[in-house]
Amino acid sequence: MTDRDQPEGFPVHPAPGGRVPDIETGGAVPVDFVQDRPPEAPPRSQWVDVWRQFRSHKGAVAGAAFFIFIVLAVMLGPLIWTIDPTYIDIRARNTGPSLAHPFGADQLGRDMLARMMAGGRTSVAVGMTAMLLALSLGTLIGVLAGFFRSLDGPLMRLTDLFLALPLLPLLLVMVMLFRQTLATNFGPETGIFILIVVAIGLTSWMPTARIVRGDVLAIKEREFVLAARSIGTTNSRLIGRHILPNVLSPIMVSATLGIANAIITESALSFLGLGFPPDFPTWGRLLYDATDYLQQYPERVFWPGLAISLTVLSVNYIGDGLRDALDPRIRGR
Amino acid sequence: MLTYTLRRLVLAVPTLIAISFIIFLLLDLAPGDPTAQLPLTIPPEVRQQIRESLGLGEPVHVRYLLWLKQFFLTEPRFALEAITGWDVAPEGASRVISWQTRAPVMDLVIQRLPQTLWVVGLAYVLGVIIALPIGVISAYRQYSAFDQVGTFVSMIGFSVPPFFTGVLAIVIFSVQLGWLPSIYDTTHRVFDWDSFLYQLQQMIMPVMVLALQTTAQISRFMRASMLDNLNQDYVRTARAKGLGERDVVLTHVLRNSMIPVVTVIALGVPGIFGGAIITEQVFKVNGIGQLLITAIQANDVPLVQTLTFIFAVLIVLFNLIADVLYGLLDPRIRYD
Repeated sequence: MTDRDQPEGFPVHPAPGGRVPDIETGGAVPVDFVQDRPPEAPPRSQWVDVWRQFRSHKGAVAGAAFFIFIVLAVMLGPLIWTIDPTYIDIRARNTGPSLAHPFGADQLGRDMLARMMAGGRTSVAVGMTAMLLALSLGTLIGVLAGFFRSLDGPLMRLTDLFLALPLLPLLLVMVMLFRQTLATNFGPETGIFILIVVAIGLTSWMPTARIVRGDVLAIKEREFVLAARSIGTTNSRLIGRHILPNVLSPIMVSATLGIANAIITESALSFLGLGFPPDFPTWGRLLYDATDYLQQYPERVFWPGLAISLTVLSVNYIGDGLRDALDPRIRGR
Repeated sequence: MLTYTLRRLVLAVPTLIAISFIIFLLLDLAPGDPTAQLPLTIPPEVRQQIRESLGLGEPVHVRYLLWLKQFFLTEPRFALEAITGWDVAPEGASRVISWQTRAPVMDLVIQRLPQTLWVVGLAYVLGVIIALPIGVISAYRQYSAFDQVGTFVSMIGFSVPPFFTGVLAIVIFSVQLGWLPSIYDTTHRVFDWDSFLYQLQQMIMPVMVLALQTTAQISRFMRASMLDNLNQDYVRTARAKGLGERDVVLTHVLRNSMIPVVTVIALGVPGIFGGAIITEQVFKVNGIGQLLITAIQANDVPLVQTLTFIFAVLIVLFNLIADVLYGLLDPRIRYD
């Protein structure tokens, strides 16, 4: 536990020890203002404090609410709105919003609402999985580089190398080159999914690794780590029990930024025609398909674009709120 | 400082070699075949000869070294000859040839560079010019209405991707209002006032879409940097000795706050040359980004390799420039 975990509302002792020995009587007479008082408020855990601070950030709360809404809509929506996103209702081709198709129908008569939900499921799934991959990779490399001095040099050179790579071009090249191989091995949908998630994960772990390394370097020198080491804690326990919980806050903040980044990157790839195949919609793909009909049906561009933007905006606001909430210097002010 | 710069320059060499190797290998592992697009009536032995004429017969390390030699030795001499007119270009030396056009890759790059530099470069300059005052005012009046609006706008700049802002701008200004052309005409020449106006009109949308993103980032940095400095003791000293608010903020605080911001601005420059791949695609600007996309789609390996590597060189170079600038601007940080 660090000083960061010190619960608030717990009266802090003015002097260590708490009791001042009385020389005349020899006994220990408690002086009033240095007495050990029982805490008045029940101790609050760190996470209650974090939640309290997070709640005071209006943008973050709105963002969290909207993000939960989007996730629920794309996960549970198809149970309520049961039209198959690939079902072709040729009579409804190119129609605007109506009762049967609230978001209209596309050039083949497929229901846009159903496609939006299917696309959102893919986009959010890609965002989450790619973020998890980038985060675990970044945390692993950051912790290893920060904890083991011999690994620090090589791993950080590797990070610098990756940071110097032109990422979007390389991402495009990777997707272009390996899509066929993976599609034949895992099927067109799973193959592309794996490819895009791995490609985004491999190109976005570097900021996390740098931040985590910096924090681990600072925490490694603290007394509680020395204490843990002195009672014979092994390296793996030391990392798992003492280091990782203390670097959790930067990791959580970069997790939110990672989701935003992954959703935007996936949409950009789809928009450039290098993402998912057209019968397997994502928001980026829907936007890309709609640009062909920009002159006639400009509203079709609007919904997927709005969905991407609002989701990313909400995630960014969550990240902003989390950053404030997890920073003990800001918290409680 | 000089030794530091030299050391960094020397260190950049292995980085660049490693990057070139990664890029080369990644493209070389590609299962794509450059003859796959040719008609099926071509017999296999001719196809094999075509592959060999493209340089695919050699083993990997030979091709890699040849490419390095072409990139670092041959191409600079051709470039030098083109610029100065001296006869330094090696006779009969092989240059990096695009598989698509059978022309030297560098010629293609030079053809495309002006469009990219005009649109993306102008957007960057404009974005920075807009961002700096916004950042300064937001920080000086922290939590004011201006700051809240600024924060919101930069959040939007971060969150709304260019393929949506661009398309939205086209829908509003080209489709609905019909004010601006939706396609950037690169063949357009400026010779009088009207053609200049047209050039201005077709540049507004791509430049604004790109500038929004630059503004969002730089104004955030500027604000954070100003906030760090505004509470420092030297600001209190400056006020205490009776300097006007204007002098305090614009001379003392701004100068110190600009130090990290300048390096951030320098780090963004390679992005200009990289071209905004997506924005160029949206507005049909045939710049570097568009060249890269078409090369990737046509499986034009030499062009993609060379372009990606040029981007990498620029990124490494500007990282170095940013670090050196930091040392030059801030005497407290000298790396010796």
